[in-house]
Amino acid sequence: MLENLKEKLTKSQVFRSIFRHGFPDNDMNRAYVVFSNVFLHVHPVKVRRSALRMRYTFCLGGITLFLFIMLSVTGIWLMFYYTPYTGLAYNNIQDLQFVIFGGNLMRDLHRFAAHGMVLFVWLHMTRVFLTGAYKAPREFNWVVGVLLLVMTLILSWTGYLLPWDQLAYWAVTVGTKMASYTPFIGQNGPWGAQLGFLPTNDIMFMLIGGTVVGQNALIRFYVLHCVVLPLFVTIALAVHFWRIRKDGFSGPL
Amino acid sequence: MENKVTREIFPRDARKSYGLVELMKGSNPIVKKEPEDTVYTWPNLIMIELICALLVTAGLIILVQFVHAPLRSLADPSTTPNPMRAPWYFLGLQELLVYFDPWYAGVVLPGMIIVGLMTFPYVDTNPKGVGYYTFSERKFAIFNYSFGFALWWVTIVIGTYLRGLDWQWYWPWSDHLVHMNPALVTLVPLHIVFVNLLHVSKDVGKALCDLLFFAYFAVGMAIPYFLMRKFYDAMGGARYVVFMIFFLSMMGVGLKIVLRLLFNIKYIVVTPWINV
Repeated sequence: MLENLKEKLTKSQVFRSIFRHGFPDNDMNRAYVVFSNVFLHVHPVKVRRSALRMRYTFCLGGITLFLFIMLSVTGIWLMFYYTPYTGLAYNNIQDLQFVIFGGNLMRDLHRFAAHGMVLFVWLHMTRVFLTGAYKAPREFNWVVGVLLLVMTLILSWTGYLLPWDQLAYWAVTVGTKMASYTPFIGQNGPWGAQLGFLPTNDIMFMLIGGTVVGQNALIRFYVLHCVVLPLFVTIALAVHFWRIRKDGFSGPL
Repeated sequence: MENKVTREIFPRDARKSYGLVELMKGSNPIVKKEPEDTVYTWPNLIMIELICALLVTAGLIILVQFVHAPLRSLADPSTTPNPMRAPWYFLGLQELLVYFDPWYAGVVLPGMIIVGLMTFPYVDTNPKGVGYYTFSERKFAIFNYSFGFALWWVTIVIGTYLRGLDWQWYWPWSDHLVHMNPALVTLVPLHIVFVNLLHVSKDVGKALCDLLFFAYFAVGMAIPYFLMRKFYDAMGGARYVVFMIFFLSMMGVGLKIVLRLLFNIKYIVVTPWINV
């Protein structure tokens, strides 16, 4: 009877319109499930048995991607409770901690997944380096990977400001102060003042929208953290995966 | 289809005629292809990924039962915490501020690290060691990577555990509540050392320092060019120059840290505009 039901279900017009093939319990459908699905088609239909060996990749890149997905999910959840306004931000975080159901769990997961992502990007990079996987013809994908590393760090750092506590405020104050030391375009940097850069028009002013970290800096970091950088990371990830398929997997074949 | 692999697997006997057919365990026939060692992505690879994702999720959920995201008091522009620590992944850069001026430690060096990382695949001309772990075939490359990241991690550990009030050096057994007397350490630029040691004038001392600085890069550039010709020839001029600039700069950072910690040298080169 169960077989009958399964037969009816997979042959129905609705099911066929979504999946175009039956359950992946035979080789044809196993091939279909991968190449007819937009999410799975980043994979080839078949892989070498040796490419599955865990001790080559240790799943490090995959774990990094998974942490990014997890950060997106918990991050969007947190956005429902957060206001990028200096008068409210800190209270919102306290509400998450003490009032909102699951608030602590989501905030903790977001925080430690972020630390984890920085760590796993580095581990993945080390693996790629040690196996020489960046060498021709995969040079450009290494460059994309370095960009992803940089964006991961900036993502992490822009998120640091959002709780608007002492830790956030001063870490970002010191960090953005660095920008004012940029040669030529920072007011404290070499040849900055000579070129006419002041606290009110240099690169740091552009970064935080003022002379000190305040409301403008908070909204800038918020938009960068929640919209701009995740978008760029997603685009870079698409290129990163595409290039793996085009340039080939480096592992034992 | 006959090629090297099939010839090895099925050595031909000239007295016989053949049809190359092999029986293998599998669920579909392969025609005009050698036997291959592939499996379907679904479910073999997908399952590994799923299990991996579940383990990471479980690990994180367990972790956050024991450690929590910190939340200090409300941001207060009038109260500066002491010491003020950057997030751990930037502590290396923060620690570099001890050894270099902010324009270099905070802007130029991070930029060089990023660009330097990007140049790896273009300056590494060694064709060996792709697709497997090896140290013996790529000793120099792995040495460089390890040296750079050792600097990165060591400065993070110093920043996390060995820096206290006013970003002074505190041993784990020092009293972290008492300010160190900054007068105990006098930092001097290198040319003052020359002035005191060689009894030369300030200007001569400065000239010596400039000379030393340029000699470091000039000699560093020249040594492999003249003495390790194979290394140079394998790279070619452009790759060599790019690689050596990053290599010598990285070694220079290590050297400066040693000079600063052991001999209290603040600057090597002093100019009216920038000091290094």
